[in-house]
Amino acid sequence: MDWFDFILARYNYWIFILLMMIGLYIVFARGNLVKKIVGLNIFQTSVFIYYISIGKIFGGTAPIYMGDELDAASHHEPESGHGADAGAHGGETAHAAAEGAQSKIDNSALDHGDDLKETLHSKIDNNALDHGNDLKEALKSAPVSDEGASLHDLPDAGEKIANTLSHTDKTPPAPAPGIEFSPDGLHGAAGDAAHSAAEAAHGAMEAIVYTNPLPHVLILTAIVVGVATTAVGLALAVRIREAYGTIEEDELEAADDIAEFGHQAGVRAQQAAGSAA
Amino acid sequence: MSIASQLPVLPIIMPIMAAPVTLLLPKGRAPHLWACLFTWLTFAACIALFREVDMSGPISYHLGDWAPPIGIEYRIDLANALVLLLVSGIAALVMPFAYRSVQLEVDERQTPLFYGAMLICMTGLLGVTITGDAFNVFVFLEISSLSTYALIAMGARRDRRALTAAFNYLVMGTIGATFFVIGLGLLYQATGTLNMADLSKQLIGQDNRMVQAGFAFILVGMGLKLAMFPMHLWLPNAYTYAPSAVTAFIAATATKVAVYVIIRFFFSVFNFDFAFIGAAFTYVLLPLGLLGMFGASFVALFQEDVKRMLAYSSVAQIGYMLLGLSFATVEGLTASLVHIFNHALMKGALFMAVACVVLRAGSHSIHAFAGLSKRMPVTTWAFIISGLSLIGVPLTVGFISKWYLLNAAFAAGHWYAGFLIVASSLIALAYVGRVAEVMLLREPAEEGKYAMAKEEAPLSMLIPMWILVLANIYFGVRTDLTGDIATRAAEALMMAAGGAP
Repeated sequence: MDWFDFILARYNYWIFILLMMIGLYIVFARGNLVKKIVGLNIFQTSVFIYYISIGKIFGGTAPIYMGDELDAASHHEPESGHGADAGAHGGETAHAAAEGAQSKIDNSALDHGDDLKETLHSKIDNNALDHGNDLKEALKSAPVSDEGASLHDLPDAGEKIANTLSHTDKTPPAPAPGIEFSPDGLHGAAGDAAHSAAEAAHGAMEAIVYTNPLPHVLILTAIVVGVATTAVGLALAVRIREAYGTIEEDELEAADDIAEFGHQAGVRAQQAAGSAA
Repeated sequence: MSIASQLPVLPIIMPIMAAPVTLLLPKGRAPHLWACLFTWLTFAACIALFREVDMSGPISYHLGDWAPPIGIEYRIDLANALVLLLVSGIAALVMPFAYRSVQLEVDERQTPLFYGAMLICMTGLLGVTITGDAFNVFVFLEISSLSTYALIAMGARRDRRALTAAFNYLVMGTIGATFFVIGLGLLYQATGTLNMADLSKQLIGQDNRMVQAGFAFILVGMGLKLAMFPMHLWLPNAYTYAPSAVTAFIAATATKVAVYVIIRFFFSVFNFDFAFIGAAFTYVLLPLGLLGMFGASFVALFQEDVKRMLAYSSVAQIGYMLLGLSFATVEGLTASLVHIFNHALMKGALFMAVACVVLRAGSHSIHAFAGLSKRMPVTTWAFIISGLSLIGVPLTVGFISKWYLLNAAFAAGHWYAGFLIVASSLIALAYVGRVAEVMLLREPAEEGKYAMAKEEAPLSMLIPMWILVLANIYFGVRTDLTGDIATRAAEALMMAAGGAP
């Protein structure tokens, strides 16, 4: 039943495709302008679901930054404002790095690395937030912020992170209970990446797992666009109703034909056929 | 922190901040003058940007000082500097032109809204062009599209069909934009980034199903927006029933910007390492470009309405642009870029001439053009000169476009395409000639619906129109200006895409 699992494990995509097709079908098949707008909405919503589902991490909470880590970060550094800022920045950078790892692992060890990947992802994230300043240094020395390519070069970045963590003894290294690590399940590049990332994550204690916030932000923007489109579309439907007295597409077409040719399209042909008969 | 270092963001910030203010201004002249002022300022900023790019190479501007790939980047090289110049330049001419035309065609209560929407539409088009962030393209695309739907619907005062045209455009445009977003989502899933430069790096070696699907969604989505041949059905109605000034503006800019997005994605995001890019060129863009050239030109022949005829001709001209870039050579890309620029000049002038006729005769049916040379000679000659440019007569920009396109076709070994280009130009001769014949040789209607007094259009409309007409001739003679810049832009794009120079 491999194929069954294959399908089931990707249920979010099936929901997306189903909704997308339902939406498009309504847009094309319905003659009522308001129903068309509703179809368009369903179509757009399916894309929202798709975006949000690709950013989801199992066990992850909403990407809301709680105050505790922020306080901790600013304690490490006298210039608190700067520290917090850098913390956030470092967090994001490392997050991007983790994402790189995600795609790397995805490519080469899709079968084995799934769960591990999720955990590591969140660990690095959390870590980065705790050690934003040091991380920022480390990430600066790696050519991360300038060149996109190196962001995705996790083995490198991961090692740097690990080094930084071991240099700063600000958080005592503690066993990370969230990580269950099975070396034999990892091969090649994915193994390397995961390994160094695991080292980096080693210092983390209480793991707060965040989902990837970027798709949420994108979709918030897309929702605004969708709402605006719906509003304009419905406003147009209202104006059409005022001008024509109907919002049924075929009646609108008939009205336009009568205005332009003095008769409905095809009617004259029917009449001719009728009189001939 | 001088104003000069913030220059790249000015063409976006200025008009979008100015747009809501038009609603607070009293009805009448004020919103128009305000909008004119800001389009001219934007044009000035775009000229400054273009000069800087021309002198010292591409500019990268980081919004909010967040470095790419995390932050949003505005990236201006020669290709988009040219399009920026074009969009803002056309806007700077259409805006003063619009006043009298809008007075007639748009409800007076809506005029502040009209100018606000025009400014927002321009902002969106400039934003699509300037940004280096793929998702940002979608946002600006929808900013411009939403304002375009509203602008088209404002034509309802003269003809209620403007409402259904705007609605159909809204449905098609939204489907297109959503397809584009799905494509971006697939690319984001494959790479984890949305910055175009970064995307192209991450995509290297990723020739998998996901990237291919993303590419297909982006192509179809943008194809809807740019009215690629079988997906052009929204365009003729939208152009026909929109207020004349709006048609002049969007016909000259909106589809060109969408073509630019296709070029940007084909050459700067994806590259020639992907087999499917070549397949898309050979099996999608080339045949659809050719079909568009003929199908739409042929339909244009039989239109009773001059505006609708020109709208179909626009679809055909988009075919030329797609044909040029489907050759995937520097010459072909140059031809596309040159034609983007030149077609905006000719179609802008043609639709402006139609707007002048609508102002005096109250219709854009071909019957209203009868004997026009006796009533509005200045407008008639503007129409004829830009019509000649559309056909591709020497000494006009149309000839330059066709010349580059023919060169590219023969250089790429598509000799049959060369003949087809000439053949479709003959169809253009037929449909422009038909209107010219009516204008020059027919007697004007003395009574009835299309009768009108002998009165030329006002100077506020004639001057912008003739600036565009003279630009048609000027850039047709000084070919080194557009040709040189387009060649350099094309070379840079090809280099980035890794194709043969």
